[in-house]
Amino acid sequence: MNVFALKMLVGDRLKYLGLVIGIAFASLLITQQASIFYGYSHRIGAWIRDTSQADLWVMDEQTEYTEDRKPLTDTTLQRVRSIDGVAWAVPMWKGYLRIRLADGTRVQARLVGIDDATLLGAPPQMVEGSLADLHRDRSVLIDVDSLADLRLRHGLPGEGPRAVKVGDHIDVNDHEAIVVGSFRRTAEFFWDPVLYTTYSRALTMAPPERRQLTFVLVKVKEGVAMADVQRAITAATGHAALTGAEFEATSEKYVLAKTGILVNFGITIVLGFVIGVLVAGQLLYNFVVENLRYYAAMKAMGATNGTLVRMVLIQVAVAAGLGFGIGLGGAAISGVAMAHGGLAFEMDWRIPLLGAAAILVVCVIAALISITRVFRLEPAVVFKG
Amino acid sequence: MRTPTPTPPALPTQFAVQCRDLTKSFGTGANRVQALRGVDLEVATGELLMLVGPSGCGKTTLLSVLAGTLDSDGGTCRVFGEDVQGMRDGERTRWRARSIGFVFQAYNLIPTLSAAENVAIPCVLQGMPRRAAIERGKQALADVGLADRVDARPAQLSGGQQQRIAIARALVHEPRLVVCDEPTAALDHDNGKRVMDLLRNVAARADRALVVVTHDSRIFPFADRIAHMDDGRIVRIVDDPAASTAH
Ligand SMILES: Nc1ncnc2c1ncn2[C@@H]1O[C@H](COP(=O)(O)OP(=O)(O)OP(=O)(O)O)[C@@H](O)[C@H]1O
Ligand SMILES: [Mg+2]
Repeated sequence: MNVFALKMLVGDRLKYLGLVIGIAFASLLITQQASIFYGYSHRIGAWIRDTSQADLWVMDEQTEYTEDRKPLTDTTLQRVRSIDGVAWAVPMWKGYLRIRLADGTRVQARLVGIDDATLLGAPPQMVEGSLADLHRDRSVLIDVDSLADLRLRHGLPGEGPRAVKVGDHIDVNDHEAIVVGSFRRTAEFFWDPVLYTTYSRALTMAPPERRQLTFVLVKVKEGVAMADVQRAITAATGHAALTGAEFEATSEKYVLAKTGILVNFGITIVLGFVIGVLVAGQLLYNFVVENLRYYAAMKAMGATNGTLVRMVLIQVAVAAGLGFGIGLGGAAISGVAMAHGGLAFEMDWRIPLLGAAAILVVCVIAALISITRVFRLEPAVVFKG
Repeated sequence: MRTPTPTPPALPTQFAVQCRDLTKSFGTGANRVQALRGVDLEVATGELLMLVGPSGCGKTTLLSVLAGTLDSDGGTCRVFGEDVQGMRDGERTRWRARSIGFVFQAYNLIPTLSAAENVAIPCVLQGMPRRAAIERGKQALADVGLADRVDARPAQLSGGQQQRIAIARALVHEPRLVVCDEPTAALDHDNGKRVMDLLRNVAARADRALVVVTHDSRIFPFADRIAHMDDGRIVRIVDDPAASTAH
């Protein structure tokens, strides 16, 4: 009866198409919304992932997220370096500063100061110039993804408005700097442009504070348990030592909650999910109900309940499988196509898995609910149809 | 049919159907309907029995009990000596697949399957490979005069043709009892007569019984006997309807 089950499904082209397209749209809704939410929240920790050389981030235990500057005492670095199991530890400065461009345009930006000697903690990908150029006097690197912000809005005399470029002189918190190169970073949740310079230069540019060290980046020696080192750092310094993943999780949790994204976006996602799943279930339920008189006739003619269930499950597997595949493909295509438009689309492997499971489970349940109606053979249904 | 029945009857018996004191009610309390109020009925092997009576008198209910698709509340029902009510559910399903041919008023042909595939269903349900079953289906269609329409879909055929397909489907697996609920109700007189001709001349056989529920007095002459029902009982049995309704 398996072939007959398939023919029942695909025999009416229009109905079949409607069913598959319906499930495809439901699947698209589910997977696309979830991927956008995932991508969006995943951007919160993008800078942490970009700064990938470090195993551990040492920070004030009250630090809430990546842009939350709660500086540490300068001695922290030495204390961390003296801990067994630490391969290396470097200082990092990070904070918001005012930039003035050559034509007087003022921009708020984030400045990252990385270890002078090793340049560990540098951005992931250079575009122009090289990282080593940071050793030159007064040098900074600019962020090519923020060139729209780093724009001379008035322009220099005889030039007209233009973006900052390598070679330009800029003013960082009233300290003169020269752009020696540019880098590309992963798209981030936060929007202000990012500049990189050395740690010591960052300290001279930043307003004077009693404590200046923002983070200590730590590499753990090979073969040493991460958790042991984390505990040792906390014991020695009183500060938190988080892995990149932990720091990301903390930041995500804080930002999602603080901005209300979780609640606002969450409702949309949950609704999209519920609606998508219900639509798919409803479609399959209807499909089976429309065929109920034929199933009832088959049951009368001696089809066992098992046979009927198998027929319906084959129909579900094909319709839901194909529909979900198309929907997932559509979601993926939309993600790629709109990536340049700023769509924060990122499909974690769990999304298709969860989506497929939800669609399949609901379709199976819907189909089974409707098919069980013929298990109790109503003579009226059987003979009248 | 050309091919011999795969499972010969275990107990040859003179009676195809023997019902004693069958009762059946639907619903509870104020909604309770007593559909069968003690039905006694015997159908002889080789006989075409018609079951007639006003709407709601219990014809479909009785037919369902005979065919093993409905449990009665009380009484016994033996079909070719087997106690249908006593069978367990799975056993009864297999017995139906083997022993009963169904003809429905609304044909219940699956619209997306060809005529031959529709007719093949009872054989497939008994485990016959699909291709072999479809071949059997084609033969059965030839027997009802539709050899040239084996690949047509039901919607491409007239109501009369569809009911002939349904008859082929009811006979393809060589059942010993064929039950028909209002087989001609949706057909005009000529097509109704053709369907009854088929039931009379192709379906009826010495080792098989037919029970046909109908309202249609024009087809009464096709019956060997007519059982009149009213309010859940058989009130009268006419033994020679061809003679009594001949003008
Ligand atoms: N599933 C059911 N639930 C409740 N009542 C039912 C059910 N099936 C049948 N009945 C009732 O039982 C009685 C007998 O029904 P049945 O279908 O056997 O009548 P019938 O003689 O076949 O009528 P018709 O000629 O209209 O087909 C009717 O009163 C009907 O309403
Ligand atoms: Mg009826």
